[in-house]
Amino acid sequence: MKKIFVFLTLMLFVVGAVAGCGGAKEKVELTVSAAASLQDVTGELKEIYEKQHSGVTITYNLASSGALQQQIEQGAPADLFISAGKSQMDALAGKGLIVDSSRKDLLGNELVLVAGKDSALTGFEGLTDASVKRISTGDPDTVPAGQYAKETLTSLKLWDQLQPKMVPAKDVRQVLTYVETGDVEAGLVYRTDAAISKDVKIVAAAPAGSNKPIVYPMAVIKSTKNQKEAEAFAAFLQSDDAVKVFEKYGFKVLK
Amino acid sequence: MFAQLTDWYPVLLSVRVAVIATVVVTCLGLPVSRLLARGEFFGKDVLEAVITLPLVLPPSVVGYGLLILIGKNGLLGKMLAELGVTLIFTWWAAVIASTVVAFPLMYQSAKAAFKSVDINFEKAARTLGASELRIFFTITLPLAWPGILAGLVLTFARALGEFGATLMVAGNIPGQTQTIPLAIYFAVGAGKNEMARTLVAVITVFSFIVIYWVNRWAKKHQN
Repeated sequence: MKKIFVFLTLMLFVVGAVAGCGGAKEKVELTVSAAASLQDVTGELKEIYEKQHSGVTITYNLASSGALQQQIEQGAPADLFISAGKSQMDALAGKGLIVDSSRKDLLGNELVLVAGKDSALTGFEGLTDASVKRISTGDPDTVPAGQYAKETLTSLKLWDQLQPKMVPAKDVRQVLTYVETGDVEAGLVYRTDAAISKDVKIVAAAPAGSNKPIVYPMAVIKSTKNQKEAEAFAAFLQSDDAVKVFEKYGFKVLK
Repeated sequence: MFAQLTDWYPVLLSVRVAVIATVVVTCLGLPVSRLLARGEFFGKDVLEAVITLPLVLPPSVVGYGLLILIGKNGLLGKMLAELGVTLIFTWWAAVIASTVVAFPLMYQSAKAAFKSVDINFEKAARTLGASELRIFFTITLPLAWPGILAGLVLTFARALGEFGATLMVAGNIPGQTQTIPLAIYFAVGAGKNEMARTLVAVITVFSFIVIYWVNRWAKKHQN
């Protein structure tokens, strides 16, 4: 019995190692640094693209746009960057780190106020109520969703007042987790994040004009060794096939 | 190159969390390691595996587990809420995260140290009529001390550097739960590189001094 167990464990390692080496034949590996809010949609896009282009493997690096921007500035290998905010892309453009001609505004999104399924919250004004003890947004300095949330709450004259309740999260998905587990009573996330969770409900959308337009710019990174392949993938993201997938997840595709 | 450090809160909080976590880990860890070092009983292997698990699991897994456990709707969190105690998003949650993650380090070091103590000394003391408590404090503990000290240093270092689990359960609330590792992560993300470098320098120098003195102290007392 013991021998069988040891054997199986060893087999697991061997299979893992072999699987790791299997794809080593002349494949182009594209590293796409993408905002955390793109997590679900990017998985599906990768499948479609790799089926169409057998010579390309897409690897995603998903984190908050601020963290990704820093990684790229420090020379982390990335071929394509999709940011959830303009300012991160502007920062890279300012340092000459992106191929300017490749920059496109790919997607649009919307900020919404979410709460637990059974919450009695009906709108932004309810956030000041004593029953709302904790509110989470992305960290306004590093997470674009947090910047937008700050803009919206500031324009509603709630930001300063709500400060004692705030829990700044490391990315927008963490906000969603906190709302799902009920550890915060409300959170501000993108409509697309709210749509993938069964445990939260959308209470209200951020009033039109209360935050800067939410756009996801994308650009090829200048230091890429696979510019042609990166541009081809960028073109695919704007194709009808990709648009269908983006829209399924609730994104607005900008033309 | 460096920024003027105006807000010492993350530094003080990190030290406070690490010190309390080290005390808790020591008080819980020593009896548990002593018992498991010598005793043989049914289910011991399983218990040991469970105790060591937080060392092997990614901190984010531990953090999520703790979130489910001590969160508002968590098993333990619900009970505590009825007593009017909230742990989540307080610096006590950071202490708990550090304690859980650092516990296996103390356990492994102390268990090895207790095992290395010659059992004949304990037996001799017992025949001379010493109580178990007296044997532990006058014979076992002093003889196992170097290994336990190593455990203390590892525990403190791990607690001081805890990031993943802390971020999940304590949150990143400046002036409340933001420890040095969290402050560094968010300073880098926000492009405040000078602030990040300053905090990196502070935690590096501090850790160096602590480990240097502990090592010197241990060397002196070994002879």
